[in-house]
Amino acid sequence: MKILVCVKRVLDPQVKARVKADGSGVDLANAKMTMNPFCENALEEALRLREAGSATEVIVVSVGGGKTPETLRHGLAMGADRAVNVVTEESLEPLAIAKVLKAIVVKEAAGLVLAGKQAIDDDSNQTAQMLSALLGWSQSTFISNFTLDGETATTIREVDAGLETITVKMPAVISVDLRLNDPRYVKLPDVMKAKRKPMENIELDSLGLDTANRLTTLEVVEPEGRAAGVIVANVAELVDKLRNEAKVI
Amino acid sequence: MTNLVIVEHDNNEIAIATLNAITAAQQIGGDIDLLVAGESCQAVADSAAQIAGINKVKVADNPMFGHHMAENLAALVVDVAKSYSHILVAATTFGKNMMPRASALLDVAQISEIVEVKSADTFVRPIYAGNALATVQSADAIKVITVRTIKFEAAAATGGSAEIEAIDSGVDTGLSSWISQAVSGGDKVELTSANIVVSGGRGMQNGENFSMLQSIADKLGAAVGASRAAVDSGFVANELQVGQTGKVIAPDLYIAVGISGAIQHLAGMKESKVIVAINNDSEAPIFQVADYGLVADLFEAVPELDAAL
Repeated sequence: MKILVCVKRVLDPQVKARVKADGSGVDLANAKMTMNPFCENALEEALRLREAGSATEVIVVSVGGGKTPETLRHGLAMGADRAVNVVTEESLEPLAIAKVLKAIVVKEAAGLVLAGKQAIDDDSNQTAQMLSALLGWSQSTFISNFTLDGETATTIREVDAGLETITVKMPAVISVDLRLNDPRYVKLPDVMKAKRKPMENIELDSLGLDTANRLTTLEVVEPEGRAAGVIVANVAELVDKLRNEAKVI
Repeated sequence: MTNLVIVEHDNNEIAIATLNAITAAQQIGGDIDLLVAGESCQAVADSAAQIAGINKVKVADNPMFGHHMAENLAALVVDVAKSYSHILVAATTFGKNMMPRASALLDVAQISEIVEVKSADTFVRPIYAGNALATVQSADAIKVITVRTIKFEAAAATGGSAEIEAIDSGVDTGLSSWISQAVSGGDKVELTSANIVVSGGRGMQNGENFSMLQSIADKLGAAVGASRAAVDSGFVANELQVGQTGKVIAPDLYIAVGISGAIQHLAGMKESKVIVAINNDSEAPIFQVADYGLVADLFEAVPELDAAL
């Protein structure tokens, strides 16, 4: 079985996003970029499945322009066998990304797709569910445990009330949460090895899909900041402020 | 305009978050219908019909919807979607799971976690962990929307008398099966609806120490929350996580104990009305959003606070 892992290049989670002065978006020029953290968990799980003999090949796929191949190389350094980069300079919405990914899943005849539950830049939390819908496959989202049992897989989902266990028929699209695993660190020899691994570039236009954006971003602004607070000297002062000033207890 | 709001429920009661999504639909304007899909869920339909300002409650009562599996629900939503201009659901794990699937089947974009309705086709949503707010305009005939509940008051749960219509729709895809749910909450106050939340972070050092926070929470009628670091470290269960990828809450009072204030944590609590931070590191970013900061060892300050309440 081939596993396809979708990965996204995003602003490093430790870096605070800065909104451009003209309100057109977030300034990513010269910003530190990285693989979306949830995508690393998805890839780690795929690698473990391959190492356990449940998968024959792990393919990382991304959609983007610029330095997207750098992020795919990181995936190869983690241990993916090969990479597919669907090249476009357009910023596609999740629906369009799902259409592109479907084309790659079909082309590769993958039997399982693993994806992060959410990209930490646009916070949409859509792509995996949309891909599953377009493929007509089963889905399990926000998972923290995955067990393949042949024709089905058992997953534990992190939901608002706690943990939900469901089984899905294979093939499936699975979106993963951070507690699924601890992604491995990449060592220097892995980085060297990754340079020799195959990376296929596919022009978006060659797929012949309708990937037009449906949403127009009119404006991006910074939220209002909070007014500066005060440092209290001790617990007694804190309780007094909460009772008599803020009146919240 | 005609809005359809998908009701989240457990076959007995309506989840409060649904009422927040209904308010967003009211702001869009036009009629509002509700969709209740479940198994033996007549009680839910009856309460849904009492919500103020609802036109019609559509009920799909069938075992295939009993556990709200996304595949069956999304297919049902697609069946009924054609007569609506807007389809909304609260951005809970229920809504986040099923709605994008329905959206893709309808071949429309989903607008995730709106915090403001500008007009019937224009909405504001947070991006980058809430460090930016994007105003987006949709060109789709059907607008599929998830609603960030903290930014919309709950609609009145009573005062209405909507018509209830049974719909015999849906196909059991058989793609996934529910096995079990583990809820560790018990009788504790629920995090997303609590007026006061006491949260602990990595500084709590272990799960046992969270009992100190629970003691304060019990006195204040508060819920206990946690940072991702505390959940990742196994101190407490995942459903307590507050943050960008956990729960986004806005209580009247949020007390952050031993939480440094990472970007992704602030995203989940910075809309709280009053924020208190207790941390021994005066440089911790949490103090930048705190109304009241106490630089102290939490193992001294927390018992003292407990005694003072």
